[in-house]
Amino acid sequence: MTDTPLLKVSGLSKFYGSRIGCKDVCFDLWPGEVLAIVGESGSGKTTLLNCLSTRLMPTTGSVEYRMRDGNFRDLYHMSEAERRFLMRTDWGFVHQNPADGLRMTVSAGANVGERLMAVGDRHYGKIRETASDWLTRVEIGTDRIDDQPRAFSGGMRQRLQIARNLVTGPRLVFMDEPTGGLDVSVQARLLDLVRGLVNDLGLSAIVVTHDLAVARLLSHRMMVMKDGHVIEHGLTDRVLDDPREPYTQLLVSSILQV
Amino acid sequence: MTDLATYNFAYLDEQTKRMIRRAILKAIAIPGYQVPFASREMPMPYGWGTGGVQVTAAIIGPEDVLKVIDQGADDTTNAVSIRAFFQKVANVAVTTHTKDATIIQTRHRIPEHKLAEGQILVYQVPIPEPLRFLEPRETETRKMHALEEYGLMHVKLYEDIAHNGRISKTYAYPVKVAGRYVMDPSPTPKFDNPKMHRSEALQLFGAGREKRIYAVPPYTDVVSLDFEDHPFEIQTFDKPCALCGAENVYLDEVVLDDKGGRMFVCSDTDNCEDRREHGHVGAMLAPAKEAAE
Repeated sequence: MTDTPLLKVSGLSKFYGSRIGCKDVCFDLWPGEVLAIVGESGSGKTTLLNCLSTRLMPTTGSVEYRMRDGNFRDLYHMSEAERRFLMRTDWGFVHQNPADGLRMTVSAGANVGERLMAVGDRHYGKIRETASDWLTRVEIGTDRIDDQPRAFSGGMRQRLQIARNLVTGPRLVFMDEPTGGLDVSVQARLLDLVRGLVNDLGLSAIVVTHDLAVARLLSHRMMVMKDGHVIEHGLTDRVLDDPREPYTQLLVSSILQV
Repeated sequence: MTDLATYNFAYLDEQTKRMIRRAILKAIAIPGYQVPFASREMPMPYGWGTGGVQVTAAIIGPEDVLKVIDQGADDTTNAVSIRAFFQKVANVAVTTHTKDATIIQTRHRIPEHKLAEGQILVYQVPIPEPLRFLEPRETETRKMHALEEYGLMHVKLYEDIAHNGRISKTYAYPVKVAGRYVMDPSPTPKFDNPKMHRSEALQLFGAGREKRIYAVPPYTDVVSLDFEDHPFEIQTFDKPCALCGAENVYLDEVVLDDKGGRMFVCSDTDNCEDRREHGHVGAMLAPAKEAAE
């Protein structure tokens, strides 16, 4: 890890009229670090994630990102073209529902290759080679390369979505409940895969989840949100093993034990 | 008093023509960009070329000579009715000869005879948006055009190659105009795409239902999209035209009977007739001619 953060967030707030989406969020994210945002439904997790990933305009505050040239740029002072370019090259976004992040009517190979073609790759053979390489890395058989994602199971779709996002070698990946809607054994496999990829590629990631087990497995640090405020922030193991806030204690103690 | 019942020259009123001309000028200034315009109701159904008719009506003058083709033919319903329409409302001279025409309104073809400076080709366009079936949201496709995000167009071509081993799109083949906008050349066969590249004639596109006008000015680069290892190719035909023996032209397949009999003839009827007048004879016309002699 280096001395300079990848992402600097300060005073970030989003109001929906008089209602609070999230308020006064400040944190830094370092390269190679995975940050989990946890909290109950309606606590502002997804609002915060959308504000960070430029999908939603925050009311106040700034989000600065260290570009590949080493300079920090405020995301909301960039042109839309630059923001969109950043989103499809240096960033990834994994949706909870794979149908939101995939093109369901084009083949798996084209789904993975889309980002490559978007940045100007014009050699069919090479695009296909890269796509089949990435399918292998996310444990999808290369014989499925010409199948549409609608013929895939939920777990496969989610893995395809991850491959599609990682193909351009992003440095930062946002994940919104990446294991939501999957059964437990598939969840475990997916988490294992994501953890491996994050380690291998040195990715930074911001993972939104309501599942503390996911946070425990994937993340280095975590933030606990309630009613739009970050109420606790620290190393994952510290927060889960020694929660300080009454709400976090409640959250941790309410995990079902089998 | 009798004047009240008559139409203005070329059917449209002058204010409407002015509005369409402004859209056309803007379209010419930004090659390949789809300019919205207030498309009018025309006395024919959508899909019959209401966009093309409005463009033609806005640019036609009493001195113009009009040619109208439908799938390359001068004598099909659509061509005949639009030609008759302009004869009636503008009283202009009409022709079937490509080289004599100053304005050529077309559906689905570009004439085989090379167009010259001063001629205007008006296309009837059903769906002007090349990204339409890839991205259903108009707000999104406009943004993609504005920010030049055309990766999706290649996704379509990728899919073609993955499933068919080659780019199987044969008509409405997407092109990039002047290195900037990706454009749908209306449902012309891709055979005609190379004719658009640096054409001497002005090319105007009108989509009546979708309310869009776009243009390719003369001498503008029009490049068909492709992959480095799967370059753009046009259709080829095994046999020449059965009537005039022309090669390297676009042919229509005509079914002759219910026993598998078929012939391939020029889709451009004017070109075919012209060649026959100059003594060219195809395989199916030759025996008839010998018999007559």
